[in-house]
Amino acid sequence: MNLHEYQSKFRFEEFGIPIPHGKVAETPEEARQIAQEVGGPVVVKAQVLTGGRGKAGGVKLAATPEEAEQHARSILGMDIKGHIVRKVLVDPAANIEQEIYLGITNDRAARMPVIMCSAEGGMDIEEVNRVKPEAIIREHIDPLLGLRSYQINALASGIELPYPLWRQFQKIAACLYRCYMESDATLAEINPLIITAEGDLLAVDGKMSLDDNALFRHRDLAALRDTSAEPAVETQAREAGLSYVKLDGQIGCMVNGAGLAMATMDMTSIFGEADGIGPANFLDIGGGADADTVAAALRIILADPDVKAILLNIFGGITRCDEVARGVIAAFSEVHVKMPKVVRLVGTNEEEGRQLLQEANIPDMVTATTLSEAAQKAVAAVKGA
Amino acid sequence: MAILIDNNTRLLVQGMTGQQGLFHTRQMIAYGTNVVGGVTPGKGGQWVEGKPVFDTVRRAKETTGANASVIYVPAPFAADAILEAIDAGIELIVAITEHIPVLDMMRVRNVLDRSSSRLVGPNCPGLLTPGQSKVGIMPGHIAMPGPVGVVSRSGTLTYEAIYALTRRGIGQSTCVGIGGDPVNGTNFIDVLQMFEDDPDTEKVVLIGEIGGTDEQKAADFIAQHMTKPVVAFVAGRKAPEGRTMGHAGAIVEGGVGTAAEKIARFQDVGVRVAQTPEEIAELIAS
Repeated sequence: MNLHEYQSKFRFEEFGIPIPHGKVAETPEEARQIAQEVGGPVVVKAQVLTGGRGKAGGVKLAATPEEAEQHARSILGMDIKGHIVRKVLVDPAANIEQEIYLGITNDRAARMPVIMCSAEGGMDIEEVNRVKPEAIIREHIDPLLGLRSYQINALASGIELPYPLWRQFQKIAACLYRCYMESDATLAEINPLIITAEGDLLAVDGKMSLDDNALFRHRDLAALRDTSAEPAVETQAREAGLSYVKLDGQIGCMVNGAGLAMATMDMTSIFGEADGIGPANFLDIGGGADADTVAAALRIILADPDVKAILLNIFGGITRCDEVARGVIAAFSEVHVKMPKVVRLVGTNEEEGRQLLQEANIPDMVTATTLSEAAQKAVAAVKGA
Repeated sequence: MAILIDNNTRLLVQGMTGQQGLFHTRQMIAYGTNVVGGVTPGKGGQWVEGKPVFDTVRRAKETTGANASVIYVPAPFAADAILEAIDAGIELIVAITEHIPVLDMMRVRNVLDRSSSRLVGPNCPGLLTPGQSKVGIMPGHIAMPGPVGVVSRSGTLTYEAIYALTRRGIGQSTCVGIGGDPVNGTNFIDVLQMFEDDPDTEKVVLIGEIGGTDEQKAADFIAQHMTKPVVAFVAGRKAPEGRTMGHAGAIVEGGVGTAAEKIARFQDVGVRVAQTPEEIAELIAS
């Protein structure tokens, strides 16, 4: 789950990181009011969960409250890479001397978090990594020891930060690490962290991503999720405990396990390639799904107008084929679907599952034994439809 | 012989009284696994399926002489369950639980590296040595004893590979699901080394997927250290890029992790890559 800039920065502030004292506006009038309160020039910034806001015209400087209102009017409602702007952050404009990058993420190969710092702040950090990787100073953090002071010194020295700023930098890096760990983040970055003309460090832009698996212990953070920023069907899928990604083909796939769901996607693409047929979605019902979860998954697939055939591929381990069959029967008894259905049930309780499906006598349903056979039958069904 | 588990495995089940734990305890016992007891805090003294339940792993190990533990504990408590098993000195810990927070696993991994325990998983289907012992959730009836070792990052795709082999009359020495989480206990290289050293394993099937660099490292290891033939399958060839990759995450990964890249690395070192799960068995047979 990704947080907006304002949510990330407000979270940073709770942990003691200095940020500009701006506010969020949902209307141009509110933006003017905030600019008035702040006094002096402000920056009006689109709050969308995507990069490249500046280039799209979603970040603008305003000298007066009237100008702030005008900018807010043009930015609110703007479409930035498919994301509609519903909120703007109005921040006091800062006097920037230098821009620094400071971020923490998980290094899965090293099995620990890594803190990264670069004097090339403000830029896209991936770009810096590509053209000038030596400009990024990295320190791995032992999660049992935490981020140590000497490591922060190594970052400060590495980017040649002026020595008078080291104390402030020590505090900001330590606070960012605490914020990262206590939020169960997978990314916490300040970009840029600026040196102001007054000689202070200030986090003027921020970004956080959180571990969805840890949200059970962060109810306050879970409540920050902006569901207006994602397709409704993905919200629906997540709430049902499913992992769903919309694709552009015609075969609605329902599979247990991410690896098998990917392989099912691959097989339908490969067998359907010559006829322009492919998967309509990636959908993993997870391990141990019950009948309700299966029914919810089928409802999501059936709601997609692109779907011309359904492919159900279940290889039961922790998932029981009889439970899956019950969900399938429940969903199809609710909605009458004329569409062709290819069903493959193998593994734990497969006999019971097949028996249930046979007795339910669902129309337009064929079965398959192997994954290739199932994918080929689904492709043929779309071709014949 | 086999690797990791066999007839001498004396298994504890952590979370035995839960719904999943109970169902799979029955399945494991039915398969012939020597389940010696279970652990559920607060339920010590009870008996389940004729096996004693204990409050703590330490107590269970002292009483039963267990040398392995399988974990079905729900995600919020799973990291603690793994740490408890490490603390009790269990040699082999198999964590089935999915959705464990990644920072929990980073802490666990750092404790694990300072211990003598081996962890398989989390978010994995466990282990199966056909005809001898099953630890976890793999459906036992799809496997048969034989000379092929199977190692996989994906749960259900592991079953596909086993199923394809068995349908062709090719049996398996041991099947190992290492799990799909970014931070886990046992990786491809650990298992490849064990298969290389196991006299009962003649060939190996490796099932990978997109993300990370574990398959690339496995390819390097195969080139340098493996004499036994390996057949690979990589899931996610048609996956849309950049769906879950964060900005800074892509830096750490160095922009790598696509299926195409992994397949190319395998082919570079002479590992044959199957296009479909069924083809895995054909390549192993040829």
